[in-house]
Amino acid sequence: METSKKPNTRGILDWFDPRGRNVGGWGFIINRLSAIGLTVYLYLHLYMLGKLAQGPEAFDAFIETAKQPAIMFGEMLVIIAGLYHGFNGLRIALNSFGIAVPAQRQLLYGVVGITLIGTVVFGVRMLTTH
Amino acid sequence: MSEEKWTVKFVIFRKKGDQPARYDSYVLEVDPEEYVIDGVERIWAFHDRSLIFAHACHHSTCGACGMRVNDVEKLTCITKIRDVTTNGGTLKIEPMRNFPIIGDLVVDMTRMYAAMDRVHAKAVHPLSAAPLEGEDIRPPRDVPRNNGNEYLRLADCIECGLCISACPVAGTAENYLGPAVLAAAQLQGLKHNPDLLDVVDCADGLWRCHSAYECTAVCPSNVDPGWRIMDLRRQVVGERLKRWFVKA
Repeated sequence: METSKKPNTRGILDWFDPRGRNVGGWGFIINRLSAIGLTVYLYLHLYMLGKLAQGPEAFDAFIETAKQPAIMFGEMLVIIAGLYHGFNGLRIALNSFGIAVPAQRQLLYGVVGITLIGTVVFGVRMLTTH
Repeated sequence: MSEEKWTVKFVIFRKKGDQPARYDSYVLEVDPEEYVIDGVERIWAFHDRSLIFAHACHHSTCGACGMRVNDVEKLTCITKIRDVTTNGGTLKIEPMRNFPIIGDLVVDMTRMYAAMDRVHAKAVHPLSAAPLEGEDIRPPRDVPRNNGNEYLRLADCIECGLCISACPVAGTAENYLGPAVLAAAQLQGLKHNPDLLDVVDCADGLWRCHSAYECTAVCPSNVDPGWRIMDLRRQVVGERLKRWFVKA
């Protein structure tokens, strides 16, 4: 019988498949999603900074656009992604030095908790400022 | 075994050679105390003798019967039907991921065995290196001696490959050593096996792990590969620092 040498995998789709995943696996999925989101945001941010080179009118017009609810929601996602990715990075760094590995699940719950609190604080400030 | 009977639909992954994959369904009456492998064997014995699957010991020693049961890696000889479905429910049985499929539920595990050779994985270890662990068993505080020599025991890892199948990174990094292999390297220790340093301290070694800990979650044998990979990182950093200072 001719057998395939290709591994039985769907490639990067398996990164994001939540079926059958445990707590650590969910942490991995959200980490990947937040990394992609932050990368996309980096390019958007560079595009926004590019408006500065077009003069103050172009920049002010862009800032007005950025006050739309959809853009503000996007900013909220950036905060969520930044908080989660940053604090989860600390969790992984600690684990990588052999620290608190058996508590990796509890650390992840802590990361999610800090992310939620930070998001609420940012959301209240954003809504009261605008 | 109980008198209770459940009706369960087994949905089995099928693939031979270059044929496209398909799923075949079989409705069985089972005792919920039976194990998943019992149902698979019954399908082979009474419904379809062309079904290919691997099994041997039936008591979680050989590691041959690893499969994906309802999307989760399981050693099917110790997975009770009651624990993974309900009466009238479905059991989706698929081969492990991240290995080439030989046929139906059997995969080619050369990837793992070859990597095990690279880290000189041993079948037996000193008791102090591979202490008894588990829910009811704690590592001994004092390792007993046998006429001055340390007792040996079989390593926990049964090389079932479930950890590599569950690892989300192993699917996109074909050359990644994988959790079982890194756990085997950790068990030997870099201090006593310095030649392992270059094998594990590389892009496809322990730094490829992205801490999903799915390996630990699915391991049926108390190996805890996630912890061992992190401990190996600690060993590698320590060893590199030591060599750096010695060279300086």
